[in-house]
Amino acid sequence: MDAILLQILNGLDKGGAYALIALGLTLVFGTLGVVNFAHGALFMLGAFCSVTFQKLLTISKQVKDTSITFFDAYKEMPYLEIWFGDYGKTIIDWSVPLSILFAIPVMLLIGLAMERGLIRHFYKRTHAEQILVTFGLAIVLQEIIKLSFGANPIPTPAPEIFSGTAPIGALFGLGESVVYPWWRLIYLGFAFSVIGSVFAFLNLTTFGMVVRAGMMDRETVGLLGINVERRFTIVFGLAAVVTGLAGVMYSPILPPDYHMGMDFLVLSFVVVVVGGMGSLGGAVAAGFLLGILQSFASMNEIKSIIPGIDQIIIYLVAVFIILVRPRGLFGREGVMED
Amino acid sequence: MSDKKNSNGWSRRDIMKAAGAFTAAGAMPMFFSRGAWADKTFVNNPGNSKTVKLGFNVPQTGAYADEGADELRAYKLAVKHLNGEGDGGMMQTMKPMHLKGNGILGKKVEYVTGDTQTKSDAARASARRMIEKDGVLMFSGGSSSGVAIAQQSLAQDMGVIFMCGLTHSNDTTGKDKRRYGFRHFFNAKMSGLALGPVLKKEMGTDRRAYHLTADYTWGWTQEESIKETTEGLGWKTVKTVRTPLGAGDFSQYITPVLNSGADVLILNHYGKDMINSLTQAVQFGLRDKIVNGKQFEIIVPLYSRLMAQGAGKNIKGILGTTNWNWALKNEGSKAFVKSFGNEYGFPPSQAAHTCYVQTLLYANACEMAGTFYPPEVIKQLEGFKFDGMGNGPTEYRAADHQCFKDVLVMRGNEHPTSQFDLLEIVQVVPRSQVEYPASIFGGELGPYKV
Repeated sequence: MDAILLQILNGLDKGGAYALIALGLTLVFGTLGVVNFAHGALFMLGAFCSVTFQKLLTISKQVKDTSITFFDAYKEMPYLEIWFGDYGKTIIDWSVPLSILFAIPVMLLIGLAMERGLIRHFYKRTHAEQILVTFGLAIVLQEIIKLSFGANPIPTPAPEIFSGTAPIGALFGLGESVVYPWWRLIYLGFAFSVIGSVFAFLNLTTFGMVVRAGMMDRETVGLLGINVERRFTIVFGLAAVVTGLAGVMYSPILPPDYHMGMDFLVLSFVVVVVGGMGSLGGAVAAGFLLGILQSFASMNEIKSIIPGIDQIIIYLVAVFIILVRPRGLFGREGVMED
Repeated sequence: MSDKKNSNGWSRRDIMKAAGAFTAAGAMPMFFSRGAWADKTFVNNPGNSKTVKLGFNVPQTGAYADEGADELRAYKLAVKHLNGEGDGGMMQTMKPMHLKGNGILGKKVEYVTGDTQTKSDAARASARRMIEKDGVLMFSGGSSSGVAIAQQSLAQDMGVIFMCGLTHSNDTTGKDKRRYGFRHFFNAKMSGLALGPVLKKEMGTDRRAYHLTADYTWGWTQEESIKETTEGLGWKTVKTVRTPLGAGDFSQYITPVLNSGADVLILNHYGKDMINSLTQAVQFGLRDKIVNGKQFEIIVPLYSRLMAQGAGKNIKGILGTTNWNWALKNEGSKAFVKSFGNEYGFPPSQAAHTCYVQTLLYANACEMAGTFYPPEVIKQLEGFKFDGMGNGPTEYRAADHQCFKDVLVMRGNEHPTSQFDLLEIVQVVPRSQVEYPASIFGGELGPYKV
């Protein structure tokens, strides 16, 4: 029972990341019809917003390091600590949650620049061309990050107060030995709240209503005198923010490196295909579903029956779905079925 | 028998004698200058050129790019020192030393670089280009065992010596060893032998270990060696789980550990995998757990300072081994750290150290051989005993081309005094404790002449 609870939680927090990335991907595909292979790079850029913000907060004064005597070495004392003492330390400690405030405008700008500067020129091109250009863009972005931050992962710890584990076993009557990392639980809560906010925005605002209408029938909305294109550009920015925030909050779980976007990109596409191309609800549901499936497939008991199943489970599911229901679990009839 | 003479007064016997004398006289200088006649027949013979070229094939892109960058710094420093520039570094401490600071055999050293991308095929293509297009006499680099094995196999095929950079798999100098490949770095077997007594002292003999292992040659051999050591101590192996290279999120592999009954987690991971798996294992509270009445422990058998930087504070208190550390106080280490630190502003990594040493060792062997002819250089390296290179008295074992020297058992520093002071030396394990018979891993070195 302990193991099942832990795998469910593990699947949910993993699924939270998949769902957030897939949500952004679906927003872009649903509105603009673009297959954006640079979407994983947005996740990576979000994580590096957290790294950048941490670096900004720890801008330091170089002080001679007297512990090294063989050559002239210097150690760094953050100005925030010099100026504000313990308050400065606390601000640095909370750099990841605070970097959300930094990441929202940055990711919005990146999203808008990406859409206006490059992607809009490919709206009328084939999906193959879109894939090529966005994949190229992803490589360029990751090389820029590698040049700026190096190839090694950069630790971005969660605030000290969340570094421990929560005794979740006690909640389910399983004893206090069943624990789960606080930050992963926070991530899960964060994923639910962002997903909820996006759905609320699309369902409860006029802007959202126009976007949804545009997703259903772009031409008719345009005939009504509404500038759909501008709204879709904003949606692209919104998708970049959602994906970027997923990256920011994931940075304490997976120390960011330039390649992390690619690792999530393929999985996210599988999630979108399983959920149904263009279906927001499908992307979220498939994200969590595949996260949980992958987590259970990693259990030693399962792997002892089917070795290596953890590596292929989500692809098996994708193949099965494509064969029996090409439009995905929640996809609209006619989309991706021909 | 009559000795008939022809019209010129030469008999058949005279002609035979003259031919024999001429041949002997002509060959005589070659007997006195070793390898001289072979010089004409080997790949990339520099002949009368005033320069020689070496190839440094390191990961400049990919997961180990930072390690590759540090290796490249070390190679450049070594070339500088070989050419008599800078402060000389370990050329001041190496014994026996035949290098004169005038290049190698009086020829100035130049170099070309390549990018292995930490991929075997890319590494081989890059090495082949260095040999065929750039004309390198020796090539070197790291940081993956799969890549090292692929390159040393190419070295054997092409008759050009490969001095391995960072490679820790037993296979490199075990079943996949080659006559043209040499490894200064230690291996998984030596890590196990070094760790054993420390683990016994710190954790006792009644432990239950769970392995997470990178699914490729290095991970397999490390798991095997560490398992052999821990089971020898009386520990039980609860489970060994293979994880895909570059898994990223290891949480799905860590959660089963929580309920497995294991009280030790051994991470046979390196580079990014190690950073991620260790970070996540600590986040899951493994280090705070009490299992079987004992404090749960995590072991990382192969450490590096660059990895420790990536793992941040999660490294604190974790045991592992390294080939070398910049904090060593012997004369060779001090000379190298000073030289490297003055050049680049920070201390070298163990990857940088091994690459620097390998370059000097190759150059020194050429000086000893008096030729660049690979079979002669190989013979000088085989069984070569040296000191003053940072690891105490060291020997390049002839039987498998593995260097034997002291190994360091390290612990993540609980109270670092600087940004580089991430690992503390727990014990310098003497060479005698990490030696093993060459025959246990099998393999064939192959011929000298190819």
